[in-house]
Amino acid sequence: MKLCELTAHELKDMLRKGETSSREITESVLDRIQEVEEKVKAYVTIDREGALKQADEIDEKLKQGEQLPPLAGIPIALKDNMCTKGLKTTCSSKILENFVPPYDATVVAKLKENGAVIIGKTNMDEFAMGSSTENSAFFNTANPWDLTTVPGGSSGGSAAAVAADEAVMALGSDTGGSIRQPAALCGVVGLKPTYGFVSRYGLIAFASSLDQIGPITRDVTDCALLMNVICGHDPRDSTSADVKVPDFTRFLRNDVKGLRIGIPKEYFPEGINPEVEKAVINAGKLLEELGAEIIEISLPHTDYALADYYIIAPAEASSNLARYDGIQYGYRSQDYDDLIDLYKKTRSEGFGPEVKRRIMLGTYALSSGYYDAYYLKALKVRTLVKQDFDRAFEKVDCIISPTSPTPAFKMGEKVDDPLAMYLSDVFTLPVNMAGIAGISIPCGFSKEGLPIGLQVIGKPFDEGTIIQVAYTFEQNTDFHKRKPEL
Amino acid sequence: MKITKKDVEHVAMLARLYLDEEEKAKYTRQLNSILDYMEKLNQLDTEKVEPTSHVLPIKNVFRKDRVEESLANEEVLANAPDKENGYFKVPKIIED
Amino acid sequence: MDYEVIIGLEVHAELLTDSKIFCCCTTEFGGAPNTHCCPVCLGLPGVLPVTNEKVIELGVKAALALNCEISPYSKFDRKNYFYPDLPKAYQISQYDLPLARNGYLEIEVDGKTKKIGITRVHLEEDAGKLVHSETGSYSLVDYNRTGVPLIEIVTEPDLRSPAEAKIFLEKLKSILQYAEVSDCKMQEGSLRCDANVSIRPMGSKEFGTKTELKNMNSFKAVQKGLEYEVKRQKKLLERGKKIIQETRRWDENSNKTYTMRSKEEAHDYRYFPEPDLPPIVLEKGYIEEIRKTLPEMPYDRKKRYIEEYGLPEYDAGVITSSKALADFFEECVKEYVDAKTVSNWVMGELLGTLNAMDKEIDEIPLTPKHLADMLKLMDKGTISGKIAKKVFKEMMETGRTPDEIVEEKGLKQIADEGELSKIVDKVIADNPKSVEDYRAGKKKAIGYLVGQVMKETRGKANPQLVNKLLREKLES
Repeated sequence: MKLCELTAHELKDMLRKGETSSREITESVLDRIQEVEEKVKAYVTIDREGALKQADEIDEKLKQGEQLPPLAGIPIALKDNMCTKGLKTTCSSKILENFVPPYDATVVAKLKENGAVIIGKTNMDEFAMGSSTENSAFFNTANPWDLTTVPGGSSGGSAAAVAADEAVMALGSDTGGSIRQPAALCGVVGLKPTYGFVSRYGLIAFASSLDQIGPITRDVTDCALLMNVICGHDPRDSTSADVKVPDFTRFLRNDVKGLRIGIPKEYFPEGINPEVEKAVINAGKLLEELGAEIIEISLPHTDYALADYYIIAPAEASSNLARYDGIQYGYRSQDYDDLIDLYKKTRSEGFGPEVKRRIMLGTYALSSGYYDAYYLKALKVRTLVKQDFDRAFEKVDCIISPTSPTPAFKMGEKVDDPLAMYLSDVFTLPVNMAGIAGISIPCGFSKEGLPIGLQVIGKPFDEGTIIQVAYTFEQNTDFHKRKPEL
Repeated sequence: MKITKKDVEHVAMLARLYLDEEEKAKYTRQLNSILDYMEKLNQLDTEKVEPTSHVLPIKNVFRKDRVEESLANEEVLANAPDKENGYFKVPKIIED
Repeated sequence: MDYEVIIGLEVHAELLTDSKIFCCCTTEFGGAPNTHCCPVCLGLPGVLPVTNEKVIELGVKAALALNCEISPYSKFDRKNYFYPDLPKAYQISQYDLPLARNGYLEIEVDGKTKKIGITRVHLEEDAGKLVHSETGSYSLVDYNRTGVPLIEIVTEPDLRSPAEAKIFLEKLKSILQYAEVSDCKMQEGSLRCDANVSIRPMGSKEFGTKTELKNMNSFKAVQKGLEYEVKRQKKLLERGKKIIQETRRWDENSNKTYTMRSKEEAHDYRYFPEPDLPPIVLEKGYIEEIRKTLPEMPYDRKKRYIEEYGLPEYDAGVITSSKALADFFEECVKEYVDAKTVSNWVMGELLGTLNAMDKEIDEIPLTPKHLADMLKLMDKGTISGKIAKKVFKEMMETGRTPDEIVEEKGLKQIADEGELSKIVDKVIADNPKSVEDYRAGKKKAIGYLVGQVMKETRGKANPQLVNKLLREKLES
């Protein structure tokens, strides 16, 4: 097995035993990129030099016998919406094509302090708006399991990179499912932490009240290790929660005895993909066999969550994306008559169709005369969605469901039908609306050999429980061990 | 609520987007179909429901009044599309 | 027809913090362009605001000084509009739940006290500064001011004339300075004012159509702008025309107002709650702690000056109108007990010269101790009143001590009888005509002789002594 195919915790142990070096691991990953990137196209920017330099520094420290943090020397990919000082950060948008931030996002600073090797920045749906990575202004990313299908999105580049061994682990961001859905479609592990657990400082905002950064990894152990690095209070983020961060590796226990696991009936609507349904039901059965109690529950406002999300998220986005106006940074149209013309041309030429669509939708929902009917109404329905979960968690310790209604779909299939595309997130976005935690792990394959994801939803700041359930499931199945052939 | 082409033009102006005729027609159609879908929210009685704009019960997050170093002028202007004498350069401002 | 004028004001005052409202950049005025900026106040992609606690404290203090009710629950909102001086294309402000509401301020109009309602006080961030190129073909943007903390104070439409508006602003400025929440320097933009004005036929209950006035850079300009606007509106109504609801700009050079934008073009700010900032919940205890830190307000101070120092009401009113002036007075009285004398100097020489220099007391190097020392020199007879005025002027300009000035310029009064006697003898000898007149009963002639002695001594002779010596010699 090549180094690039191993998990972070395996590589960490090898590094400690002196069986390999960070340079060897990093070179293995860079070689793999050389080999398959043409097919997968996961990266917008590859920082070969920076990565090797960091790897050498880690090797030097290891040689000196220094005690290093667990992820020191391990190559990681970052979604291209996290600011990296001195390294281009584009959000896969023409409007930020040449933007070089003068500062590091808090998560990036934390990774650097922990000695992680940043390989590069991964492709995404422009400004994280999308579920297929087809909204990137630069190019499509392919699903490593079937290059004619999408990797999901918006963190499609990060999920594809981890699945294709082009990175050992990655960070994504999740506003309505953008970590979990691509993780499901690419057969890897993706966790969206509780809102406020990971600092958003330096994460280029899509919808501020929903955005959250989280890990995309090959297994649950790596997920726990990465969570240990990125979680924690940040004085630079006023919405960051001042709560104690546990050692998430303590929850890597093969044990679900006595845990009450809910299955919401609304998450198996008529017409659901039967293979997905079967895989999730089987997962429930397995957990039951392992000692968990499976309880059917109801989340009655599930059906409204999607409509609600597509008011709140675009409204916040319309404001967050107003700063891209060609004045201070980013793209400026070459040819304009006056200030208004500069604004309009810059933004029309700089943003892609989906981003424009959401800006239009969000601007409309906030505009004079419509605020109460749309935005205020949506904030109230959000309360109802959240209360569904509050009530459910009085009865159960966590909830399982499909991550995505379907396995990976063909490229181009939903590009012209925004509503159909939006439906990809129907099982993930209620979690963002409620601000709680969710993890997606591989739980099966379709007959075409495409991965299927199981979502485990937990109480706020109770990532420990969903990590424990996911780990137990993983220890008793082999889905996570399969690799795509490229 | 039915969105007209005129509404689309007004919203595009507020959002500072230039749309050609084809885009206007497309966005009118698509926004209408999305907003039709949103109509389902009106099935819910939310009169007595409090809005959630912050999902966490956090309040009063403040920092001390302390000055830290600012960026150097070159760093401030590093990504500027146009600049002059330490300033950002923009087309002439007429109104306001 | 007689019309009633209705005016409401919106005042922005910069709060006296060291750092900006949502980041740690300095609020210092000036600086080379774009050097007081960081990723946060530049609104770079990915940044987040964190509120400066001092802003809340000063905001509450200002609102208390304006007799407002502090909201137990308030929040920040985004006000969305595109403009090059606004880096995020939204301003973080407060919309439906401001920091404070329902206050008032009492002003004196024609000897009567009038209550002007304060609708609300809210917190917000300032925008950057635009500089227009000389050729006018492009503009330049400086973001140093961006994120400087402001309070916006909105009054009820309670003001009834442009003069009243000016009185209100002067009083408001003095209150904010007293409360030490703002230095209110209009020339540095730390106090700015927009005005809403309408007129209606006397006795009518309905409001007329209002116009909003902007770009008035001094209190005088506010008054002038409003006066112009009232006249303009009257003329329109008298000609049977309609007033259009619009925003108008005051132009200092032409002394006129011009249309900026009509109601139809008015912005749609698309306010919504700022998702990046949690709400502000203020407990009673916190508010009371701040109330305790409020210093003595002008009205109370005036009362105390009358009672404690025995100042006439007029003097007490003038001196307490500015906190800096009152502080100066009080420091001086600590060193020199005769408050009325101090008051005379402060109101006379000091204010007169400041007005002529167009400066504020805290912009000159004069200290209260210097004034006290100078008054002591007068009492000792070291300098005369006339010389004192010279010394005072010098002190105001240079900040040097009166002793230094008197010493260096040789201004010490001649009070030596022997020395003066010789000069008096010489003047008597040189002016036989006046001496004759005096002795013939024209007693006024002595004035001329005193003048001659002063001239000989370049004003340094002790005038009482000169008078005494002349009289003795002429009558002997």
